[in-house]
Amino acid sequence: MIILWSILALLFLAALFGALLGYASVRFKPEGDPIIDQIDDILPQTQCGQCGYPGCRPYAEAIANGDPINKCPPGGESTIQELADLLDVEPLPLDAEHGEEKPKQVAIIREDECIGCTKCIQACPVDAILGAAKQMHTVIASECTGCDLCVDPCPVDCIDMVPVETSIQTWHWQAPQPDYKLIATDAGRSGEAA
Amino acid sequence: MNLMRLLRGDTDAPEWYDFPGGVHPPENKTQSLRGPIAEFPLQEEYVVPLNQHIGAVSVPVVEVGESVLTGQVIAEAAGFISAPAHAPTSGTVTAIEDRPVPHPSGLTTGCIIIRADGHDTWRPRTPWAHLQDHHHTDLLARIQNAGLTGLGGASFPTAVKLAADRNHVDTLIVNGTECEPYITADHALMRERPQQILRGIEVAHELYDFRRILIGVEDNKPDAVSALRRALTAIPAELEARIELRVFPTRYPSGGEKQLVYLLTGQEVPAGGLPTDLGMLCHNVGTLAALADAVFDDRPLISRITTLTGNQLPWQGNIEVRLGTDIRTILDWAGYQPDPNRAERIIMGGPMMGFALDQRQLPLVKATNCLLVPTEQELPTPPPAKPCIRCGQCEQVCPAGLLPQQLMWFAQSHEWDKAESHHLFDCIECGACAYVCPSHIPLVQYYRFAKGSIRREQAEHRQSERARLRFEARQARLEREAAEKEARRRQRAEAARARQAEQATTPTADSSPADPVAAAVARSKARKQASQSAAGRATATVSPGAPELTREQLSARLDSQRRRLEKAEAKLAAAAPEHQKAMETTVSKLREQIHKTEQQLADRPEREA
Repeated sequence: MIILWSILALLFLAALFGALLGYASVRFKPEGDPIIDQIDDILPQTQCGQCGYPGCRPYAEAIANGDPINKCPPGGESTIQELADLLDVEPLPLDAEHGEEKPKQVAIIREDECIGCTKCIQACPVDAILGAAKQMHTVIASECTGCDLCVDPCPVDCIDMVPVETSIQTWHWQAPQPDYKLIATDAGRSGEAA
Repeated sequence: MNLMRLLRGDTDAPEWYDFPGGVHPPENKTQSLRGPIAEFPLQEEYVVPLNQHIGAVSVPVVEVGESVLTGQVIAEAAGFISAPAHAPTSGTVTAIEDRPVPHPSGLTTGCIIIRADGHDTWRPRTPWAHLQDHHHTDLLARIQNAGLTGLGGASFPTAVKLAADRNHVDTLIVNGTECEPYITADHALMRERPQQILRGIEVAHELYDFRRILIGVEDNKPDAVSALRRALTAIPAELEARIELRVFPTRYPSGGEKQLVYLLTGQEVPAGGLPTDLGMLCHNVGTLAALADAVFDDRPLISRITTLTGNQLPWQGNIEVRLGTDIRTILDWAGYQPDPNRAERIIMGGPMMGFALDQRQLPLVKATNCLLVPTEQELPTPPPAKPCIRCGQCEQVCPAGLLPQQLMWFAQSHEWDKAESHHLFDCIECGACAYVCPSHIPLVQYYRFAKGSIRREQAEHRQSERARLRFEARQARLEREAAEKEARRRQRAEAARARQAEQATTPTADSSPADPVAAAVARSKARKQASQSAAGRATATVSPGAPELTREQLSARLDSQRRRLEKAEAKLAAAAPEHQKAMETTVSKLREQIHKTEQQLADRPEREA
């Protein structure tokens, strides 16, 4: 008899929790795929397309579907590391096929050479180039992501990619180099590059 | 808390509260306090950097070649957290260009270079005798235009601090602590110009109507305390009743804003907060003296008191010097002889929080409270850092109650989120932990590195977020444009078709089967044809409907036809000869009809039967 009661009690509990879980999965269903948003948040949003996808979000979707995490040169090692932490996978070295990690750059138009063709304006993924047909164009440096998509379309090659220089406003202290690590032979022995 | 007071049975609120941690480094203050504040002579050239304050870089409003007067605005504040800059003397602007400035990075920034004419002609000034004659907005504008920044060393724009909500602030904390070793600029000011500080307090009081004003001074400055006491007797009783001069034991870093607030009131500034959250404003004595100058005498911040100290300087003391003066000439004036056998070490600020300048040819700025040129004996170069032995001494001395050792590990391993959750940003970078570290680890540099990296990461994240929004906005715009283009195309196509249909209704036009109007016309045509053919069928059925007539109807028709024949034959007989022909045809037609009907009647009987 007691066996029957316990089975009934367990069945009742199973039904109850099943109903609860079922209700929760309907009531608290997340909008969209949160993992894509998290991946998109880590990607540098340069929208450069070097990964082979048209923008950062499509690549985030591809990563969520199992694409390798090492196709983003602007993000570099730190982005790969963050993605590896998020997705709990092994960090891979940056895939050289998609480009190499460069310091942050900004596009500069040599304005007296610009012929006002608007081709770079159409290429810029973040609307960071200002100008009109047959008028000089210029880059809004604070909005430029350094994706260099504007360089190729320029018919007169008047766009330069220049590395962003550190100013007093953006400078910050570097980590102290412990003196015992400064000794070259010690550094070699511990396998660390000084 | 204060043992002496407890022993005396004095159980009232203590005069000061004990903040955690702190250290007692050698003070080294007497050597620069031997004489009065010296006036530094005018120079030939001044270099005024555009970023002498925390916040946005100010914008030059003069041009090269323009002549300027002493105290004239040469760069305006850019935005709310910013401050203007003034010409330190009269002369000509010779250049506006990037020059090295005193900064730990050693980088250059925009500067206005003024060649002095030697007359030091002031711009017209309008001194104010009484604050009560002027509106608060005018007073605040005057403070904003004077380019005041916190002279304790952080250089935060004073006008921004004084813009805090009047209804929530009831206490003024006056910081006369000057806890950092070697520096005596505030000490000398309090000793020699206490009434100037009290006039500055008067200005702040006019703005805020403080309930209480607490002046905090360390007990290693007895002469400054007595000078302030004397000056307090000479001010209006209404103001004097609210002022309390509190003297407390010397300990580094009691002059930190948060530490001083706790020391004087027993209230803790919340993590990430400001003293205004507790209804308090904290100002340095030097700032208040400059505030008095700016408001009463219309004298903007163009000079400051700077301590020259360190045993490598034959002359040590305090100087009042115009901002923008070349540090090299100041050191030469003090008789500095560089030691050719040693690397030069000139520190801006004190030994605890200051930083070494990488060259001497730099302008003196609003934040330069001290130039320290120590010998190797008095301030030895720190020995090489050794690994942490986890002794925990740093944690004992941290005035902010943090875990310096943990923060160092997090900084070393770049674990920024952990460092932040251990309140890295509550670190005031006082250097007490590094001072006691037996392994000589440059702990503060780790914290500065971690803070800088976190801030850069946050800035990058903000920027990438903005790039994402701009990208999405662009995509949305392109899609919208494409949709609009498609809609326009469709509209045009429709209009063209309508035109074609219109032409199709005219007879000459041939209607294309694709055209709906033409199709409609065709359909209506077809309908008309169909109805016509249906009508035709209907009439066709009427004539062969005769066989469907019954025998009775046929015989009735035969009877009426025979009667009409009889009448017609009678008429024919009576007719005139000219009518006979027509009558004959009528008769013959009637006979034919009768014959037809007789035939039909003859066919019928079998079917009827």
